[in-house]
Amino acid sequence: MIYSALADRIRNNKPVVLLTVIDGPNTGATLLVAPDQEKIETLGSLGDSELDRVASRDALGELEAGRTSVRNYGPSGQVTPEDLQDTPIVRVFVESFSPPPQMIIFGAVDFTAALARVAKVLGYYVVVCDAREVFATKRRFPMADEVLVTWPTPVLAERGPNLGARDAICILTHDPKFDVPAIQGALATSVGYIGVMGSRKTHAKRLERLAEVGITEPKDLARLMSPIGLDIGSRTPEETAISICAEIIGKRVGRTVPSLANSEGPIHR
Amino acid sequence: MREILGDIDRWRTQNKRIAVARVVDIEGSGPRDPGAAMAVSEDGEVCGSVSGGCVEGAVVAEALEILKSNSPGRLVKFGYSDDEAFAVGLTCGGTVHLFIQPLTW
Repeated sequence: MIYSALADRIRNNKPVVLLTVIDGPNTGATLLVAPDQEKIETLGSLGDSELDRVASRDALGELEAGRTSVRNYGPSGQVTPEDLQDTPIVRVFVESFSPPPQMIIFGAVDFTAALARVAKVLGYYVVVCDAREVFATKRRFPMADEVLVTWPTPVLAERGPNLGARDAICILTHDPKFDVPAIQGALATSVGYIGVMGSRKTHAKRLERLAEVGITEPKDLARLMSPIGLDIGSRTPEETAISICAEIIGKRVGRTVPSLANSEGPIHR
Repeated sequence: MREILGDIDRWRTQNKRIAVARVVDIEGSGPRDPGAAMAVSEDGEVCGSVSGGCVEGAVVAEALEILKSNSPGRLVKFGYSDDEAFAVGLTCGGTVHLFIQPLTW
């Protein structure tokens, strides 16, 4: 019963935490905590109602942070070092299942198909968006979770507030009509990665157009990874997709990697 | 866990008993983070992974033993020079802690 509920929530991309006693009294006992808008549903027990209450509360915090960890309690949920003296320790594995990170790709081009494929391999929920009906089709992007025929502004107005550090926006259009509103919309979110395709020359021109609409703050412009991707000499759409995803990983974990945006000279040598 | 749900569902419809092994902690360098999971059916079918292939063989043996002995589950540790449990370990030098339990919930 707990397994079915867990599998169901994982498959439907709904947040859920599974708690398991891995050592101490009631080893193997399981508790599922599933937050919904209004109420928090729980299933199972770790063997003590007070322990369930305390551990569920901690589990929701871990879920919020997307963390998976082991926590120690007393048999009735005691947590302070004094209370834990002379009691058996219950070690609880708190496993968070957060919805997958999202990648929104603007521009339905060849690079988009390759990037969507690689992003799926990495577990992203992938949305492809282009205003041109002939290009933005599910048939061209069968690997995408959603294909939207619309402009960036409404998409980011609606979904922007839900984007966070784990999510990515990739702007592959090369078209100022599309680029500028996409960048404006992206900068208004707290998305962790904004990559913008184009040569250094294209990006220089783009910066002029961004200045015309009032985007001049250095801290905003520093968020734009352009040219997009790592400096690994990629040429094909697939290689470029790998370099973009590698840049996203590097940025997320805070490593200094050879991004094209931080180097000079020609992209293709 | 996500990637092994399909196989677990199939085994459940076949009424097979199943053990699940999950990485709960890592010391030092380890190939998979906490939460990495594999499952073993009573007839020895395997899905998922908990390391880069270094300890999976030993996990299958341990999982089958847990199913046979009706254990509620136990912590198992694999390290490079860990001679207490099994003659296998991680070549990267880390230690991985697994919790292996029957899927009775």
